[in-house]
Amino acid sequence: MHRRQLLQVAAAAGLAWSAVGRTAFAATASPGGQVLPGNKRLIVVFLRGAVDGLSVVVPYSEGAYYQQRSSIALARPGQDGGVLDLDGHFGLNPNLAPLMPLWQSGKLAFVQASGSPDPTRSHFDAQDYMESGTPGRKGTPDGWLNRLLGAEPPVVVQAGARAGATRGISVGATLPRIWAGPNPVANIANGARATKPTLLDRPQVSKAFDSLYSGDDAMSRAYRESQQSRAEVNEAMTPAAMDHEQMVANNGAPLPNGFPDDAGRLAQLMRRDPGVQIAFLALGGWDTHVNQGGAKGQLANRLQPLGQGLAELATRLGPVFDDTTILVISEFGRTARQNGTGGTDHGHGNVMWALGGNIAGGKVYGRWPGIDASALNEGRDLAVTTDFRQVLAGVCMRNLGLPDNKLAAVFPGFDSVPLDIARA
Amino acid sequence: MLQTTVFPMTRRSALAAAMAALAWRPAFAAEEPDQAAALHVLNRLAFGPTPGDLDRVAQMGVPAWIAEQLHPERLALPSFLADQLSTLRTPTETQRQMVQQYRDMAKAAKEAKQAETASPDGSKPATEEGAERRRQAAAITVEAGEERLLQALSSPRQLQEVLVDFWFNHFNVFQGKGLVRVLVESYEREAIRPHVLGRFRTMLGATAKHPAMLFYLDNWLSVAPGYQPRRGAAKASGLNENYAREVMELHTLGVDGGYTQQDVTELARILTGWTLVQQEPRRRRVVDGMDDTAHGHGDSIFAFDPARHDDGTKTWLGRSVPPNGQLEGEFALDVLARHPATAKHIAFKLARRFVADEPAQALVDRLARRFIDTDGDLRAMMQTLADSPEFRDPRPLKFKTPYQYVMSSVRATGITTTNIKPLMAVLTQLGQPLYGCQTPDGWHDTEADWLNPNAITQRVNFATALASGKLPLQRTDDPNAPAEPNGMKAMERQADRAMARDEAAEGSTPPVDAGTLLATLGPAISDKTRAAVVGAPPALRAALVLGSPDFMRR
Repeated sequence: MHRRQLLQVAAAAGLAWSAVGRTAFAATASPGGQVLPGNKRLIVVFLRGAVDGLSVVVPYSEGAYYQQRSSIALARPGQDGGVLDLDGHFGLNPNLAPLMPLWQSGKLAFVQASGSPDPTRSHFDAQDYMESGTPGRKGTPDGWLNRLLGAEPPVVVQAGARAGATRGISVGATLPRIWAGPNPVANIANGARATKPTLLDRPQVSKAFDSLYSGDDAMSRAYRESQQSRAEVNEAMTPAAMDHEQMVANNGAPLPNGFPDDAGRLAQLMRRDPGVQIAFLALGGWDTHVNQGGAKGQLANRLQPLGQGLAELATRLGPVFDDTTILVISEFGRTARQNGTGGTDHGHGNVMWALGGNIAGGKVYGRWPGIDASALNEGRDLAVTTDFRQVLAGVCMRNLGLPDNKLAAVFPGFDSVPLDIARA
Repeated sequence: MLQTTVFPMTRRSALAAAMAALAWRPAFAAEEPDQAAALHVLNRLAFGPTPGDLDRVAQMGVPAWIAEQLHPERLALPSFLADQLSTLRTPTETQRQMVQQYRDMAKAAKEAKQAETASPDGSKPATEEGAERRRQAAAITVEAGEERLLQALSSPRQLQEVLVDFWFNHFNVFQGKGLVRVLVESYEREAIRPHVLGRFRTMLGATAKHPAMLFYLDNWLSVAPGYQPRRGAAKASGLNENYAREVMELHTLGVDGGYTQQDVTELARILTGWTLVQQEPRRRRVVDGMDDTAHGHGDSIFAFDPARHDDGTKTWLGRSVPPNGQLEGEFALDVLARHPATAKHIAFKLARRFVADEPAQALVDRLARRFIDTDGDLRAMMQTLADSPEFRDPRPLKFKTPYQYVMSSVRATGITTTNIKPLMAVLTQLGQPLYGCQTPDGWHDTEADWLNPNAITQRVNFATALASGKLPLQRTDDPNAPAEPNGMKAMERQADRAMARDEAAEGSTPPVDAGTLLATLGPAISDKTRAAVVGAPPALRAALVLGSPDFMRR
């Protein structure tokens, strides 16, 4: 049923994992007898507000798609503003053209019709479930990225990382639900502020405040975490180093503000600081109830910087990209049918994106349920045929090397078969 | 009859208001119980103490101060604040004028773009008009911020301003979405501030009909299926369920309030035709005996358009709603405002804001009961809340939001702010830009949402810049007036510079005196922090107070 499902994962306990990727030099044997691949990293990009997945990976070969969306459907490949053909059935939104080289080189994959087993159409509940990793359960205190950080032995073993270094980095002024939990995570500001000097960088000031934040309480721990990650960022991103990278990556042109800029900075940090293993960014503005547009318009204007930023991330990670998995996720999809105001309302199934050197890409995964009226969830939305946790679990196990006896700790209550989208 | 068992000495009837003065005996451990009690209510029902507040509130008595705060209309604004507010232009403009300004700005922006494309070298033409339009747009944003922040900082009606923050956030609209930018000031002034101690139903109706909400959650475009718009009108041919969903999920029943997808769709049908008229009206529609302008200053551009309304019978929340024009929507809001799930939802949010992240169920139940018994009288709810033993627990259980942290910091210094731009920029840096919450759920309200590594060090940076007088809070004339669409980027750069520089900028304030600050904050600052302050270099002492862990809580 599900293409390339990881049938062996749950069953084949005796199978040793083989080291994956070109730079598998840090592979080590874990106590359980399995082999952990080294230097693996994960970046999660959350599109808050429910991106319209049917406008991202477009089922252009189906008449139903054009019937459902009289004014916002994207044209077939080759036509004006048409989608970029992926596999003869699906096409990529033309505003994501910067990602096509990754598709062609087999480093970009999608999982269509994926999503939550919980039926909620509330953004906030659905995001909560996707971040806690426990759909339908509101009481879960922590987020799955934090639990993944805490999986022992560490799922990602970084060569050259210092003991006690910051392993989780979140971009933005707040720490979202996905990071909630006991394992320390640092956050850095959006934009250039992340690397600008502040008053607290002065020894006299920091010395005075250090004494106030020396306890074992949450505020003191947060203060020290921030000071440490700041020192690491400053070390990894000296002005000279940044200028050099900028010249190499972009011919000296600065990146536009917003996501491409943040993505570029994060890539530089992860490339230079082997301690940073898991990173998270979020982008809002996907709740397109009105005048969503097609090849041009509101959604197109959001997708352009996203595509550019993801391509930037891949480029600037350089050799590190080979061992990195970038996941793009969103809480649910939108209605298959366009609404009365040229937009789409809250739906169900969506598309998940995966980029990385060890992704078996160039492929749209997931069983496609179709979007004619009889196939729709509750008569209105793309159905979900792949639980989002199947994708996350597959990536954690196959791409990051999470031992199978740790899976239940990261995704408690999950008992389906993980989906394998890793390069063999 | 409301009774408590936590503190037997506080047992009393809710109606015996005269007894309140005697009953207010919180179990404060501090040496000066009156100061501690005053600090507690100033932290929870105001944005913290300003110099002299602790003694003043202790002297008049906490219950008397609360009673005063529950009737803001009886408190006069000081003349300096009234003067500051009277210079604002935005509050004097009608909704229609603001919408017209928005259109002019959009038109100018479009023309500027065309001129840019047309110019041979692609350079930006520096048209006087374009720059003027951008200044106008920035001015509207700043004026909304001034009206809000100047009152939060200096108004004696502190509870009202705390509740404006709470209820705006409850009925959140996002300034970054189109028309909302020019309407957010009107929204707060007309649909929120007058009602924060009034009836919930009135505020619900005022927000439902305000063009900022109609636009933000798209209901203005939602029409009966098959509706044929006039030529030139916005394209709409059917339902948009955005507002119908969020009004139940976020504003009233709560996500677990027991409604279904069908209830969302049916409510969207009920609310079709609730729209806004942007053009000069040929004549005002008065439909079904409902005056369009029933709630506002008479310049509302809300209108009910029967041509857009779905005239079928709806089945909603288990009842049949027969065709009845605008009155269907009014009926639906009545039902929502009186629903027990709404009472619970509002009670929980108030308890979370004013008492604890995980408030006691008994308190939530008592508040919900009060909501039902008084038909959503928000003043009565606040009185019940303030009288509750849970509220009187003197521990600083709440981690301040960035807004509360910034407001309380500036208030504690006693600085009279005339330039709020640095504060708007700092709020953005701290992750809580004013009017900048993109999603309709508003900012969340717990320690887990706001306590993070970057937050602590950014707050410390802000505290240090403020205490050493580096923020230009008293600059009256900005020589580098922002020419960007909303000026926020320029403001942020300004604040960044303030937090890194040695020299005080023009418009900076004198360094804050640590001794005065400690006296202002009294029992809020622990012995541990006081010891650290004494041992620190004099120039950093006030910064340590404002940047201390003690001051992060309320």
